[in-house]
Amino acid sequence: MKYIEEFHDPERARRLLDEIHATATRPWALMEVCGGQTHSIIRHGIDQLLPENVELIHGPGCPVCVTPLDVIDKALDIAARPEVIFCSFGDMLRVPGTDRDLFRVKGEGGDVRVVYSPLDALEIARKNPGRQVVFFAIGFETTAPANAMAVHQARRLGLGNFSLLVSHVRVPPAIEAIMTAPSCRVQGFLAAGHVCSVMGTAEYPDLAKKHRVPVVVTGFEPLDILEGIRRAVRQLERGEHRVENAYPRAVREQGNPAALRMLEEVFEVADRNWRGIGPIPASGWRLTDAFREHDAEHRFDVSGIRTEEPAVCRAGEVLQGLIKPTECEAFGTACTPRTPLGATMVSNEGACAAYYLYRRMNAPAPQGSRIPREEMNPVG
Amino acid sequence: MGHGGGGALSAELIEQVFAPAYGNPLLAGLADSAVFDLGGARLAFSTDSYVVRPLFFPGGSLGDLAVNGTVNDLAMSGARPAFLSTAFVLEEGVELAVVGRIARAIGAAARAADVTVATGDTKVVESGHGDGVYVTTAGVGLVPEGVDIRPQRARPGDAVIVSGPLGQHGVAVMSVREGLEFGVGITSDTAPLAGLVAAMLAVTKDLHVLRDPTRGGLGASLNEIARASGTGVRLRDRAIPVPEEVANACGFLGLDPLYVANEGRLVAFVPPEHAEAVLAAMHAHPQGTGAALIGECVADHPGMVVVATGLGGTRVVDLPLGEQLPRIC
Repeated sequence: MKYIEEFHDPERARRLLDEIHATATRPWALMEVCGGQTHSIIRHGIDQLLPENVELIHGPGCPVCVTPLDVIDKALDIAARPEVIFCSFGDMLRVPGTDRDLFRVKGEGGDVRVVYSPLDALEIARKNPGRQVVFFAIGFETTAPANAMAVHQARRLGLGNFSLLVSHVRVPPAIEAIMTAPSCRVQGFLAAGHVCSVMGTAEYPDLAKKHRVPVVVTGFEPLDILEGIRRAVRQLERGEHRVENAYPRAVREQGNPAALRMLEEVFEVADRNWRGIGPIPASGWRLTDAFREHDAEHRFDVSGIRTEEPAVCRAGEVLQGLIKPTECEAFGTACTPRTPLGATMVSNEGACAAYYLYRRMNAPAPQGSRIPREEMNPVG
Repeated sequence: MGHGGGGALSAELIEQVFAPAYGNPLLAGLADSAVFDLGGARLAFSTDSYVVRPLFFPGGSLGDLAVNGTVNDLAMSGARPAFLSTAFVLEEGVELAVVGRIARAIGAAARAADVTVATGDTKVVESGHGDGVYVTTAGVGLVPEGVDIRPQRARPGDAVIVSGPLGQHGVAVMSVREGLEFGVGITSDTAPLAGLVAAMLAVTKDLHVLRDPTRGGLGASLNEIARASGTGVRLRDRAIPVPEEVANACGFLGLDPLYVANEGRLVAFVPPEHAEAVLAAMHAHPQGTGAALIGECVADHPGMVVVATGLGGTRVVDLPLGEQLPRIC
């Protein structure tokens, strides 16, 4: 696709890199908020090409990583019930709960299905009126509107057998939490373009002003990211701290009004727990009382869940940008994609997985012997 | 399921469970087919089971795969495939018309690949104990004298060549799978490759490695070759042929095209002095018109596959754990 290819052009990348090298005269630490950006940075080797004084810190924007353990355990509990068809995006299936994951539940007979959209789950509910269909509604502002739409449609179609297990989180409160942490080193943000395409940019000027940090709305292709870095560094060198939109082909200041209306109708802001980080006030959404009958936590008794995180896992510090994945003692030894201790290693977009997959130039080939899990259906 | 995905788990199952239990030198090579002398002839022998869902997909069917897959496993030893067996496992309740359609596809694919279906078997399992139709094929072929193609023969300096665009089969199947439908106008690449291999061998018998990157894709195949030979592989990102539609679908789903299945492509490790001529011969063959030189075998980082990104960075291409999973956003 030429449109995407344009954003991989090595010549243009070189020009952007030259400008970043020429502009950065002092050490700067930027945080890319989104896991998709982290993945792109590591996959394309962008961090290797930046000047030494421009450091990228990987933020908490991986929806799989930050879904708290108690919600995973609730998902496992619900998915194991015989009357339930449990639908999820694929990358949640390997995320470890306290003692198993959704693949294990599927292997043990649970009806766990990978879908690409909550509307697919809605269709499954329509075709299976005698069963309870639960969709695992996780993610940031990017996925929330479609999930809100699914509930709205379920109500309209009278599908009483459809519910959401909700664990939606919001980016701006997470940025606020990062900036107010005493150990924070972040001096500028590459804001997640997909989130802003839904929410617009109105939530960021106050954050930029209050914490005196540039916030550059940034896309996901290599040139998008380099352009975001270029603008953030330029602001820092000039002592500026504004919101800039470096992703204008997708992001408008006002966001997506239709998506925002749908969010407002179905969800309300709530406090949320973030895996590895802890509770952040007003950092998530829950279904409003009007849609409570479609809330899986209301429909199924999942109280009394007891959770236990692995003691050595430092995913929380990775998610807050306090350490690089390779600084964790368990990285690549006790913790690998085969034996993940934390979600940052298991998620496609997790920082630990990105480092493990793409940066083990001198590490031994992975080994292991655990009999694992059910995966997608074969293609050959 | 991950143990069948063609990735690290598949390799582990074979190396830790099957190979020790069967214990013979033919299995040690872990090639796509076994090569041995029998009655004065040099034979290649291979078997594979096909469990694709849906049974029919854009550009092919279970029947095509069952023939081409085994034909290609034989061809990856340099063999000229000759005879196939087919074994059907039918789930109670599957329509005879469906079985008939698959059988006709097998017949047509066998004729196209110039092989004879010489024997077969049928079993029926109770409803709920199968996925409609499973087909297992086995095949034998003759290996020409002087041909020795196996993963262990990769050498630093070898040119790494793929025969055409990657990822079409996997994306075509995913695009029509129940619950996952998305509109892409892409068809499976399923095709027999023995003719292409013969054209390559006409240039030189000294091809070092051939592999058809099926499940696990190019990424898995190259990792297997790197580990078997103790060499490294260095690829150039922008030289790897990935069709726009495949790149877009993979981008949308969060998949890496390097790990997406192919059923009518091969990857070859060719001594550098023959690389240009082999590439030209491939381009002249209908199955190799999109052939491309994508990198080389190196002495650095043995057992590891590394890609030079278009921007100038590098990254590792690991053996995938199991099958890839579509991401959330």
